[in-house]
Amino acid sequence: MDATSTCPSYAARDYKSEVKPVWCPGCGDYSVLGALTKALAELSIPPENVALVSGIGCSSRLPAYTNVFGFHGVHGRALPIATGIKVSRPELTVIASGGDGDGFSIGGNHFMHACRRNVDMTYIVMDNEVYGMTKGQASPTTAPDWEKSKLTPQGTGINPFHPLVIALAAGANFIARGFSGDPNGTAQLITEAIRHPGFSFVQLLSPCVTFRPEQRDWKDAVHPAAVDPTDDPARAARRLMTDDGFNIGVLYRGNRQPFQPALKASVDSVADLEKEFVL
Amino acid sequence: MRMTARSVSITFAGSGGAGVMTAGSMLLDAAGHAGWYAYMTRSSGAQIRGGEAAAMLRLSTAPVQSHDDHYDLLVAIDWQNVGRFSAEVPMTADGLVLGDPDGGEFPEQILAKGTRRADIPFKKIAKEIDGGRPNMIALGAVAALIGLPEEAVLKVVKDSLAKKGPAALAASEASVRAGAAFAASLPPSKRLAAATGGERQRLWSITGNEAAGLGAVRGGVRFVAAYPITPGTEVLEWLAPNLAKLGGALVQAEDELASVNQIIGASYGGTTSLTATSGPGLALMTESIGLAVASETPITIVNVMRGGPSTGIPVKSEQSDLNIALYGLHGDAPHLVVAPNSLADCAFSTQWAVHLADTLQTAAVVLSDQSLGQSRATIAPPADPGLRANRLRPEGELGDERYRRYRNTTSGVSPMAVPGMKGYQYTADGLEHTEVGTPSSQASDHSTQLDKRLRKLTAHDYGKYWADIDGEGEGDIAVITWGSTTGPVQEALERWRAAGKQGRMVSIRLLSPVRPEQLAAALEGVSRVLVVEQSHGAQFHRYLRAHYDLPGSVRAFHRPGPLPIRPDEIFRQLADWS
Ligand SMILES: Cc1ncc(C[n+]2csc(CCOP(=O)(O)OP(=O)(O)O)c2C)c(N)n1
Ligand code: SF4
Repeated sequence: MDATSTCPSYAARDYKSEVKPVWCPGCGDYSVLGALTKALAELSIPPENVALVSGIGCSSRLPAYTNVFGFHGVHGRALPIATGIKVSRPELTVIASGGDGDGFSIGGNHFMHACRRNVDMTYIVMDNEVYGMTKGQASPTTAPDWEKSKLTPQGTGINPFHPLVIALAAGANFIARGFSGDPNGTAQLITEAIRHPGFSFVQLLSPCVTFRPEQRDWKDAVHPAAVDPTDDPARAARRLMTDDGFNIGVLYRGNRQPFQPALKASVDSVADLEKEFVL
Repeated sequence: MRMTARSVSITFAGSGGAGVMTAGSMLLDAAGHAGWYAYMTRSSGAQIRGGEAAAMLRLSTAPVQSHDDHYDLLVAIDWQNVGRFSAEVPMTADGLVLGDPDGGEFPEQILAKGTRRADIPFKKIAKEIDGGRPNMIALGAVAALIGLPEEAVLKVVKDSLAKKGPAALAASEASVRAGAAFAASLPPSKRLAAATGGERQRLWSITGNEAAGLGAVRGGVRFVAAYPITPGTEVLEWLAPNLAKLGGALVQAEDELASVNQIIGASYGGTTSLTATSGPGLALMTESIGLAVASETPITIVNVMRGGPSTGIPVKSEQSDLNIALYGLHGDAPHLVVAPNSLADCAFSTQWAVHLADTLQTAAVVLSDQSLGQSRATIAPPADPGLRANRLRPEGELGDERYRRYRNTTSGVSPMAVPGMKGYQYTADGLEHTEVGTPSSQASDHSTQLDKRLRKLTAHDYGKYWADIDGEGEGDIAVITWGSTTGPVQEALERWRAAGKQGRMVSIRLLSPVRPEQLAAALEGVSRVLVVEQSHGAQFHRYLRAHYDLPGSVRAFHRPGPLPIRPDEIFRQLADWS
């Protein structure tokens, strides 16, 4: 291939695997899969140069349904796996994905530190305000008065977690919210998130039609964010704090330097290091 | 009374800031320059910084793997709280305790066994020298008492103090000489014979934790994720700058869950990866170690054991993480457990573990412990055995075929692609899966993959490294041990043989998978087996009982830390059984 020839172009289907999703009919995650593959085609990244990592949950089943390099790990630990991949293989496009329980509850500490560490990767959370896979318990983003969970029959009584505000405070470089019912908009957000250097966080409202059928109404609640994304964290914080939860679009774009060790050797071999032990 | 011995044991003690660790390290290095071998452990009080400290050394004309039963010399620069070390520093009856009469009362406990005592006025001597330092006076005095050539001490002083300027150097040299001069008036102590020419090879001064770090990079590790915990931290501290020099990286993670998953990620990406921790950290990692096993992603975890359970005794040694290392994972999760059995072997065992983990695409736990990890010794440079991480990669074009990442091969090992290899995209999974990696809950997939993951470990040829055997085929009594208790067992057996008896030692390095045939061969002709370990619950003994047929009658000698198991305790076990 000569230098002037263009990169091969890809279609969304090139990023899909033959595995048939086990999601319930109507689950919001289907269109996240569609949006992701569309974004990758738009960016024309060869499938073998993409690593897609997830934890455990319905949404975390995503990697198996794609034709990129995938890692389906354990509950809550997608971000550290993604970090290890990206730090040691900076040339790869690394995407972590999963649910709100996976990312904000068991994986909450990693979420905070991934924002802070600012490794160049994209984190997609399919937020359905419930634990889908374990059959409908409250998650950190569930409203306090949701009484349908058998574990919290009176509701949780505690305020939901605001992942975007936390991401901002912890240092995420790109913060966006999308709605899976808007596949084109979602694909666009994912594309921008992947392009943005540093840690990009995309919260995707993705209805769980089985345990939260009322979330079908989200399609009427969402609306495009009325303002341009700011790079001023203080302004972004004020906006996010008063946000109704249904603003969609890019809400913050920072310009912090991503974390990436040099990976450049300064000695020829291990034997060079051994001199320090000689008496 | 001038005694020349094979080894002499010395403790420097004092309050924080008295410089006992500096004196100890310098004595160790000086011994190395003089052609002697030396071994040093450090002990400190409960405080994190400051507080009392002790540097415990054994110097010898032959390589040393452990401490002796007793100490010949205890030097206290001052006595503040030094009594706390009395249990750790048992003195010989003809030992000598030296202290400054101005540095507080000699503690009763230390003198209780009738040990000789003598005064050495560190403060007074130091005052007479401009910038004089009591710890350097102690160093000079000890060197003179045990027969260590003064030029070896002065060389070390020069090497380590030259950068502090000529005044500081001159003050320390004068202090060393003044200490040596004062020693002429002290009662005699045990002395070592001068090293002969042949022994004057270039030795290394290294700790077990540094050796583990070296073994890691020799094996090919280029990515480490880390969360600090005593006594594993120094493995990481050595690796951080050295990995960077080799073009690798160490990332400080937010916790152990992150550490182990980061190394899983890096390894999945094709970079040989490791983390180091201690008991509580290993406990947090177990779920994800199982992920490495199930997804067949090679990783190595160095666990430098300390006293448990819970936060236990974090600064002292024990061998009580054996159970969790062997059995801590949920489900049937065959993995490697490898234990170094000497400070120098921390290098070999770690390198071997890295090599095995990569070759067999699984998780390897290296069980070192505080006494190996935090001790410093002068050793003959450990040769690089050339074992490297060498992962089986798929080759060639796949054509229309789907890449079967988890193909059920005869060896159980299947070629592992890494991101970037066109056409070889697959999803690594901790869920049970088919050969291509698709999640599956079918009984046949589960049993096929369980069999494959077990077979690749049991069918591998581990060669002679599975254990170190001393006195092969000798006598009808065998001592089976592992890890840091190997040194004392070896020494007990030397004494046993010196007493005209016969016996052999089997120190098991490969704790998992088990090698029943090899152990049976090693125990051929044995009718009595003594199992030695440092755990309260006899974890190793129970493990052997569960997996091996032990011949004849079996006795277990086990006790918890923090006091080290000493050669004479093991010797008495043998003697009492005859
Ligand atoms: C250590 C551990 N604890 C609990 C579970 C059980 N578990 C599986 S998925 C899940 C919650 C998933 O919820 P979420 O991340 O919101 O994803 P969703 O299924 O809603 O997409 C839980 C608690 C587990 N697999 N591992
Ligand atoms: S349970 Fe909910 S989240 Fe899970 S697949 Fe069904 S609809 Fe989707």
